[in-house]
Amino acid sequence: METQLTLLFFVLVLSIFLGFELISKVPSTLHTPLMSGANAISGITLVGALLASGSGYVSQPLTVLLGTAAVTFATINVVGGYLVTNRMLSMFKKKETD
Amino acid sequence: MIFFDQFNTQIVVNLTYILASMLFILGLKMLGSPETARKGNLVSSSGMLLAVLVTLLDQSIIDFTWIIVGVCIGSLIGFIAATKVKMTGVPEMVALFNGFGGIASLLVGSAEYLSGFDQNAALLIAIYLTVLIGGVTFSGSLIAWGKLSETISGKPYLYNGQQIVNSLLLGVLLLAGLEMIFFQGMFTENQFQILFIICLLAFTLGALLVIPIGGADMPVVIALLNSFSGLAACAAGFVILNNVLIVAGALVGASGLILTNIMCKAMNRSLANVLFSGFGAVTTIGSEAKVSQGEVRPINTADAYLILEAAASVLIVPGYGMAVAQAQHSVRELGELLEANGAEVKYAIHPVAGRMPGHMNVLLAEANVSYDVLVVPEDVNPIMETVDVCMVIGANDVVNPDAKENESSPIYGMPIIETDRAKIVFVLKRSMASGFAGIQNPLFFKSNTRMLFGDAKESVSSLVAEFKS
Repeated sequence: METQLTLLFFVLVLSIFLGFELISKVPSTLHTPLMSGANAISGITLVGALLASGSGYVSQPLTVLLGTAAVTFATINVVGGYLVTNRMLSMFKKKETD
Repeated sequence: MIFFDQFNTQIVVNLTYILASMLFILGLKMLGSPETARKGNLVSSSGMLLAVLVTLLDQSIIDFTWIIVGVCIGSLIGFIAATKVKMTGVPEMVALFNGFGGIASLLVGSAEYLSGFDQNAALLIAIYLTVLIGGVTFSGSLIAWGKLSETISGKPYLYNGQQIVNSLLLGVLLLAGLEMIFFQGMFTENQFQILFIICLLAFTLGALLVIPIGGADMPVVIALLNSFSGLAACAAGFVILNNVLIVAGALVGASGLILTNIMCKAMNRSLANVLFSGFGAVTTIGSEAKVSQGEVRPINTADAYLILEAAASVLIVPGYGMAVAQAQHSVRELGELLEANGAEVKYAIHPVAGRMPGHMNVLLAEANVSYDVLVVPEDVNPIMETVDVCMVIGANDVVNPDAKENESSPIYGMPIIETDRAKIVFVLKRSMASGFAGIQNPLFFKSNTRMLFGDAKESVSSLVAEFKS
């Protein structure tokens, strides 16, 4: 348990540094798609929601109800986020392609 | 499942999570350049699909009925929202999605808490943080959504003792956290009660944090809430001990913070100043004191056309007003006609123009403006004297010379597009009303400024008509 937590914490710290490095050079043209794309990624909490929602209604009714609500919200976040990002990016064109 | 015993399945699941994390990282990297951005979004979404599919292999899932229900409803709503939304409405939709991500994390944390398995202090801390950050993100995002969609007023609400109320709230939240994590039921009757109290406090805190912030500062707020929604997912990762949630959440948290920082710099203000000062509430008084700043010089489209026709370089400065008037298509048409006429046309976009970071770029892209003619203030300010005509369309605060000249102005020090140094400035404006931030703009009274009053779309269209005739 303790080793697992330490490892996860290690992953957390490295990911934060990686995130800062990845994003710091994005041109302002792409700030909106970047934000909505990142927003879609934050819907990763869907993974946790799936586990709660599938834990069996008979034994864990409350967990399943909360989990299903979470699945719904997270799916809106994921599906909507990726689709609207794609819609925006499909409009970005250079002159030659007109 | 016959081929896998539980151990092997777990290895497959974990390896796939690593792959998904790699796809998220690659996808975000590719989102950083216009050429690869669209592919990057696809890469990142395939990472999400992989993570979701492999999760379904998990042994703890014994019933798929409710999962299917949730996924179907969510996909349908998400699909409709994403395909129906107008590009002007993207900021409020992203705000709303942020909120949904936050509430989903809150619910995951709550479900884990109430299921009551093996809860040590570390797990309880993670649950507490998930519920807290998720709750703040949710209610804060709802308020931001309301302000952006103008369901509620964009004006900052300020009241005396705001800081005290917030500090008290934070104190109570801390106590509630101690009760949840360490005392475990010393002061409350059961888990429901303490969870309910923490949710309620977190919702209140989120709402109180965003309500005082004025509409002009919304780009900062959305960026920050975006970061929070990532952090909530990250905390949820510690609740269910899942590495992909932690990686993805941390990436989003970091990217949101960087954008927040960029937005703050673009307004020359600190994050604390944006969050706690209620920008704009005090400034209206200050500007009313000096109403008369000289005379405005109106111009009609026929004269404006003659000047534009002779111009060799034209700089267009769009703001949210252009989006409201839906003028971006006419603007693009005018830009093309000017180019055909031999002029060099550029679009100068301020980082905080529009209602979210990069909003104007998206609107111009929608109107088919090539992204390589969009420039940032740093590139265009040094050569401003060489610009023949500068057309300010629906922008106000980002071209306000007070930011350089008037030390008493609330926006003093904010980097602006210095349009007042161009040879001639056209300001397209409906009336003399002040901008989103509620400040007077001396640009309108400068001797080289001409005001083209009227609806931006109509004005630009009639200019287009003049060129065609």
